[in-house]
Amino acid sequence: MAGSGTKSHKLVSYAKYGYMFILPFFIVYGFFMVWPFINTFLLSLKGNSNNPTDWVGFQNYKWLLFGDAEKGRFSAGSVAQKAFWSDFGTTLILWIGNFIVQIVLSLLLAVWFSDARIKIKGTGFFKVVMYLPNIIMAASVAAMFLMFFDSNKYGIVNSLALNMGWFTDPYPFLDNKWVIRIIVMLIQAWLWFGNTMLLLLSGIFGIDPSIYEAASIDGASGSTTFFKITMPILKPIFIYVVITSLIGGLQMFDIPYLMHTGATYNKYLETAAIYIYQNFHASMPNYGFSAAASMIMFVITLALGFVVNRFNTDSTAPKKKKKA
Amino acid sequence: MADAYNSSSSAYKRMIMTHSIIRFIVCILFTLICIIPLWIIFMNATRSSGEISKNGFALIPGGSLVSNWNKLSDNTAGPFATVFNLWIGYRNSLIIALGCTVLSVFFSGLTAYGLTVYQFKLRKFATAFILAILMIPMQVVSAGFIDFMIKIHWVDNYVPLIVPAIAAPSTVFFMLQYMQSSFPLDIVEAARIDGSGEVRTFMQIALPILKPAFAVQAIFCFVGAWNNYYTPSIILLSNNFGQRTMSMMVQSVVSLDKVIDYGVQYLAIGLSILPVIIIYLILSKFIVKGIALGAVKG
Repeated sequence: MAGSGTKSHKLVSYAKYGYMFILPFFIVYGFFMVWPFINTFLLSLKGNSNNPTDWVGFQNYKWLLFGDAEKGRFSAGSVAQKAFWSDFGTTLILWIGNFIVQIVLSLLLAVWFSDARIKIKGTGFFKVVMYLPNIIMAASVAAMFLMFFDSNKYGIVNSLALNMGWFTDPYPFLDNKWVIRIIVMLIQAWLWFGNTMLLLLSGIFGIDPSIYEAASIDGASGSTTFFKITMPILKPIFIYVVITSLIGGLQMFDIPYLMHTGATYNKYLETAAIYIYQNFHASMPNYGFSAAASMIMFVITLALGFVVNRFNTDSTAPKKKKKA
Repeated sequence: MADAYNSSSSAYKRMIMTHSIIRFIVCILFTLICIIPLWIIFMNATRSSGEISKNGFALIPGGSLVSNWNKLSDNTAGPFATVFNLWIGYRNSLIIALGCTVLSVFFSGLTAYGLTVYQFKLRKFATAFILAILMIPMQVVSAGFIDFMIKIHWVDNYVPLIVPAIAAPSTVFFMLQYMQSSFPLDIVEAARIDGSGEVRTFMQIALPILKPAFAVQAIFCFVGAWNNYYTPSIILLSNNFGQRTMSMMVQSVVSLDKVIDYGVQYLAIGLSILPVIIIYLILSKFIVKGIALGAVKG
């Protein structure tokens, strides 16, 4: 009793170092994140290019979310009147397409790499190579695939197809709405499947191998084992992967924005993040729209974040098992 | 009886073998999908524009690497002289990436140490706060961020590209987890008894112990900052040539309206990714382990 008393007394006397050590983090976070966040909220209540200092209340939100009959007369230019929802829809489409490919691939590979019965040679090498795309800068990835799918006959795919006689004319990959969208989905999947696979793999390795032994003795088939054992235990990590990917996907900017030649981005790839970016990054910026769209995206992200936290608390049980 | 057992066992073995080989082949296929795009970039970087125009798909190198290099590094009359300068790009990206890495790793370590070693009133709150902001991406505040930076005249400046790295919630989170599992708190007490000051204890005793965690996070930080396009493109508003990062230069190389020289273009793209690929290949085992470490949230 007395011992614990002295101990807590001693710890209290060092408290000022605790504050001192964490202070830089909070000062910098306050300056570069919290204040910009408040500022974003304030800007979302203000006007756009022609009247940037006017207080307009929640008008920007109203326009972005529900539209407005008056919007037609609004003089901030066509950029400001762009339907936020269409860009949000594009973001979701690009994310869903990419995620389906990505999760199927990474689940398959993670299950294979962790299979104790059917071993694959060179697993370590495969993991390294499959993660490789993730470390390459987005600007270069976009540049690379632009060279591949260039619409003229010099694009690598067109060049190959023409030389092999598969095409008679170069195919305009970049100018077809769905073709370019599917290309972007596949690029995103190419970038991220290795990362997701490694995450899932770390979850699978946490599963007690004796469960699999028991299942195999009971004569469970590969697919039964996967759906009845691997998936239920993997659920928390699986949900974590889905939600973090969705949060990241909602901010999707680099690849869709950079997938263009010439001066402007590809209209078929206009995501919500691009909407926000092009509204504040213009010679006559529409901070109001940009900020209001940011706040809407923030609320959506926050809601998803709560879901993750809920499932993270659920996942403590299998975690502890793993350590033991 | 014994025969039946043996034959079924060998059939089973054969089944395992076949599956193993099929899976191996599928993995090789994915390996090719991962590598071939990059491979073609590097191969085309060694070919002349004329060769590439005739056939863009090549798996073997050509002989024009030196002439492509001479054109790319010609800063007065080269085809991309106005938009691409390898050394300026490398230098600027390196300054930003190194600055971010050092600040992020050091201050995240400091913050995690403060939250783990000391007992103070706001400790729980501060930890909960850092967990809560983990998922908030920079993009949702970028309108207010850039407006603020313009007001205080910090655009066209590297400060807002480097200093925010001090507050990296995910790095702090990683360090917290690492410290909880492998940092002996008794060592702090022992250092105090030996008369070491708190700052010195952190610098000379805690930092060396935390080195493995630092290394993993340093790699991710460096790669993330090196590859970043979004923040530099909003902060470097005037787009001064001397300030542009590698990402921005690569982007301008492909967005030029008229194609000038394919070989040089491929060389520029190849050189922009080469440093990170080399770092990755050297440290790959480390990195692959680090992903699983950092991501498993408990």
